[in-house]
Amino acid sequence: MIKLVEVEKSFGSQVVLDRLSVEIPPGKITAVIGPSGEGKSVLLKHMIGLLQPDAGKVYVEGEDITVMRRRELNRVRERFGMLFQNAALFDSMSVFENVAFPLEEKTRLSSYEIRDKVHEALEHVGLRGVDDKFPDELSGGMKKRVGLARALLLNPRIILFDEPTTGLDPIICRAIHQLIKDTHSRFGFTAVIVSHEIPEIFDISDYVAMLYRGRIIEMGTPEEIQRSEHPVVKQFISGSLEGPIHFV
Amino acid sequence: MRDAIEKLGAVTLFVVREMGRMLIFILYSLYIIVRDPGKPIHIFKQVHFIGAKSLFVIFLTAAFTGMVLGLQGYYTLAKFGSEGLLGSAVALSLIRELGPVLSALMVTGRAGSAITAEIGIKKITEQIDALKTMALEPFKYLVSPKVLGALVALPLLCAIFDVVGIYGGYLVGVKLLGVNKGAYFYQMEKSVEWKDVWSGIVKSVSFGAIISWVCCYKGYYAGHGAEGVSRATTEAVVMASVLVLVWDYFLTSVML
Repeated sequence: MIKLVEVEKSFGSQVVLDRLSVEIPPGKITAVIGPSGEGKSVLLKHMIGLLQPDAGKVYVEGEDITVMRRRELNRVRERFGMLFQNAALFDSMSVFENVAFPLEEKTRLSSYEIRDKVHEALEHVGLRGVDDKFPDELSGGMKKRVGLARALLLNPRIILFDEPTTGLDPIICRAIHQLIKDTHSRFGFTAVIVSHEIPEIFDISDYVAMLYRGRIIEMGTPEEIQRSEHPVVKQFISGSLEGPIHFV
Repeated sequence: MRDAIEKLGAVTLFVVREMGRMLIFILYSLYIIVRDPGKPIHIFKQVHFIGAKSLFVIFLTAAFTGMVLGLQGYYTLAKFGSEGLLGSAVALSLIRELGPVLSALMVTGRAGSAITAEIGIKKITEQIDALKTMALEPFKYLVSPKVLGALVALPLLCAIFDVVGIYGGYLVGVKLLGVNKGAYFYQMEKSVEWKDVWSGIVKSVSFGAIISWVCCYKGYYAGHGAEGVSRATTEAVVMASVLVLVWDYFLTSVML
């Protein structure tokens, strides 16, 4: 379980997270929605200690990671997998090497075992015969799938998804969502998904949290969020131009 | 007036903070190198990239440097009727000074800029964050192999620079201007001492440390986007070159 308590973060004079508190329930898929540039990725990066809050606490399974030293933090990070916005594949390595990398560095498996595991993981995300391709030869959707295979490989208990489907066509978008849902029901990890895909994201998530002006203004099941009377939530979900959210 | 003082203060704070960060950066990389230097293959790859791939440019600059030394040396020495000393003049200036410095400057331009750009791009595309989320230490993969690679590659390149330069001087001095071949090499052997060679080696090893340190640091803290990486690359090359020359002066004055 991940819990953020009164987390504050500013970049220069811009306040991104404003005394934000949220609790991510274990073993469920929680979606974080909200307008672009509201700090959803920043929120995600706080959960795994890539960013340090200016004030406040971040608990992962009961441990406060904001006061941890590097070594302890790495121990906590062993429980995580993360899929980045642009997949963040290592660009000088082939697809196979990318997926094999965490295994080679963190386990003592033989090269045969690694090969089998990598192929299993790649097949699981529906990729075959791309072993020797390099990241810049892949489409956006394929990159995300390779990233997902890499994130799943060490059986993490928590997986963070930073906009897993942004910029993909609707069919691939649905396929990735289905993939997340399937792997979740198979492995039962805790998932946090940052997304703009409305309403598709409601189909796969157990809980939805809405981030606005640096705070979680509402959190609940997808049905509750869709029935919400909060003007900001209502406007965001309907995609209306009329309402409290202003665009420049 | 107050504005000026505030600006001065801001600049001072910025410089001090930057220097502190650079110091912590190099100390941390040394700590990582000592604790877990990583797989030898990564270091060999960097020796290949920084060293072997710079060979062509080192050959070219060394040959012409040696040749121009031959010309200039001959012109000066002929005024005193001591052309016979050309060999030692060429060899001493190359071994003590030009070999280490020029090879370091060429490596900064060729490999240093590439190091900054590579690390900078890895940073802005979140590859460094990806390593961290896997609970892996980014320095182990990005910084320490490059520092170790540069420490090995620079003295080797410098040695090659010296030899090629000496033959460049030979070509011009002996073959073109007619200095006695025996005198060229005899004077060289007589005047070059172990201490001169040693100072060249020490210099080029320390230049290797400076180049890899500055270039890795600038890449690791590159700003945003392509522009951030390009600025970091420029800054790295300028700063590394300047530091090499400044450090060269102090080292020379200590080791002379």
